[in-house]
Amino acid sequence: MNTVSPTAAARSTPSSPVIPRLDQPEALLEAMLLIRAYELRLSTHSAQSGTPGTCTAVGQEAAAVGVVSALTADDLILTNHRSAGHLLARGADPGRMMAEVLGRRDGYCKGKSGSLHISVRELGVVLTSTIVGGELSLATGVALSQTMLGRPGIVACFFGDGAAGEGIFHESLNLAAVWKLPILYVCENNQWQAFVHRRETMVGESVAAWAAPYGIASATVDGNDVEAVSAAARAATDSIRDTGKPFLLELSTYRLRGHFEPDDQAYVNAAELAAWQARDPIERMKTRLLAGGGFTAGDLDGIGTRVAARIDAAMAFAEASPWPDATELLTDIYA
Amino acid sequence: MTTITVYDAMAQALAEEMRRDARVLMFGEGVATKRTELLAEFGSARVRNTPLAEGIIAGTAVGAAATGLRPVIDLLFAPFLCYAMDELVNSAGKLRYLSGGQFEFPLVAIAMTGAGWAVGSQHNHNIEAWFAHAPGLKVVMPSNASDFKGLLKAAIRDDNPVLFFVDIGLLYQPGEVPDGETLVPLGQAAIARPGQDVTLISYAKTVPVCLQAADALAAEGISAEVIDLRTIKPLDEATVLAAARRTGRVVVVHEASRTCGVGAEIAALVAEHAFDSLKAPLRRVTGPDAPPPASYALEQAFVPSVDAVVEAAHQLSAASRR
Repeated sequence: MNTVSPTAAARSTPSSPVIPRLDQPEALLEAMLLIRAYELRLSTHSAQSGTPGTCTAVGQEAAAVGVVSALTADDLILTNHRSAGHLLARGADPGRMMAEVLGRRDGYCKGKSGSLHISVRELGVVLTSTIVGGELSLATGVALSQTMLGRPGIVACFFGDGAAGEGIFHESLNLAAVWKLPILYVCENNQWQAFVHRRETMVGESVAAWAAPYGIASATVDGNDVEAVSAAARAATDSIRDTGKPFLLELSTYRLRGHFEPDDQAYVNAAELAAWQARDPIERMKTRLLAGGGFTAGDLDGIGTRVAARIDAAMAFAEASPWPDATELLTDIYA
Repeated sequence: MTTITVYDAMAQALAEEMRRDARVLMFGEGVATKRTELLAEFGSARVRNTPLAEGIIAGTAVGAAATGLRPVIDLLFAPFLCYAMDELVNSAGKLRYLSGGQFEFPLVAIAMTGAGWAVGSQHNHNIEAWFAHAPGLKVVMPSNASDFKGLLKAAIRDDNPVLFFVDIGLLYQPGEVPDGETLVPLGQAAIARPGQDVTLISYAKTVPVCLQAADALAAEGISAEVIDLRTIKPLDEATVLAAARRTGRVVVVHEASRTCGVGAEIAALVAEHAFDSLKAPLRRVTGPDAPPPASYALEQAFVPSVDAVVEAAHQLSAASRR
């Protein structure tokens, strides 16, 4: 690339990070397009270059963008191995994220995380665990800090239906309810638990139903409708801010690609996959904007072009980023 | 100096550190029920009972530590840490590194272990070496009231996750504790008794065993030095190696099982760096590779005895190659 990427500029000029405002339909669409383009680019890069494959959330962009759009700058986020959407929606730089995935020096975690455990403290993405359910074990403590230190923000904890099968899910909900912790539990029910369909591992269709026995309010929403997710997340965060109590929001969605890249998805029912592809959250949002949102096809193309340019620049930045120095192997072990 | 029990020394440490730093809080199973003095002084926000759920107790501590608090958690008995391994090992020990140094995890996890209460191996299992093998953690296991106080205070002030193991058999042992501020830095072993002929290296409850063995050996004219490791990780390699070079005869004594235990690490350390100083092969006197039993008689048989340590020292003297 012959242009200076925004990331390089940001690195040379220290400035406070920008948490984007996702309060307009165009911004919601652009964030989803950015996530999609980011994940597909890395998937292609992995296939072509042999770099480590990622766990994508293609098809789940509305869940990430809709929930993050409802958060304030004071709120904190914990996430998991399928985190690119949460990070990008929060304003993480795709170039620094790609550099992290490639294990390069300019990654948010100096290349030590790779794709799986990226956290960005300056954006309030405070902890990321790739141990399924790990984020649920940590969220209570983060929320306890918010409460005890008198901070205004709530804590959003993203997990999947697979994590809901872990014992720690139940321990976390119980303690959050008993201690009245301000946690938005966000279950992205993408129907897949690694290589196993959710239908095989739980009775019933809903994780949200497991909140009630702990005295926790919950809602289930179409996770592929970004505006519906955003509205439901605002209602949930309002409830948490009003009551100080946790809330569980379940987003019904679908993992359109495999558990990690590459994955031939031979185990996926083709009819089910096609049905969910027809409910692609990005296409639905585009259709809505064209039908009644005052947008033209040209407007949407313009957004797509802008996103593609950002991803091109991000990939170039990541590939140009040096490998970490070998001395980094033994730094950051202890404080 | 004041003579108090290990339990009271720990209580003093907790109260002093909570008084000193409002970010310090304590929670766990029965913490608010049993530590009534702490509850009375610091209130129910900072002294909390929890569900009987070690995973979420530890996870909550890790999340709180990353975001500004300095939690101390009581997980009761060391084998219960198996329920908290993900939180302690995968999160507390690794997320600083994996995040490129963005977070610190200042927390202390306290757990009891060791023979003495005849509770069997699901309550008594010395697993300190497991955590020494895990990156990013520190491991402390004191032997006397003064060190319990000073090390617990230092652990609470440390910006890293510290596993603090309490040998059950020591809990109500009295000992002299200095008046005023008492801090024992992590990572510093103590020479519990100086000596020239043989070095006995130990930690926790087997330190008193070694001191008794040293008395017995002294009566025979053998001068035994006793090193109390106090902190297992980071290990005070300099003190261990200096002792090995000084006497040339080393016995490592611990209650934990032998295979891949702390004694194996010390043996390797001495072999790598002080081999030429050795006058005889290093000896280990440890618990067996067996689950600790409940029967008092069997439980006592599990623990290294004074006689066994004395015998090992004799063998070293007899086997001296120069």
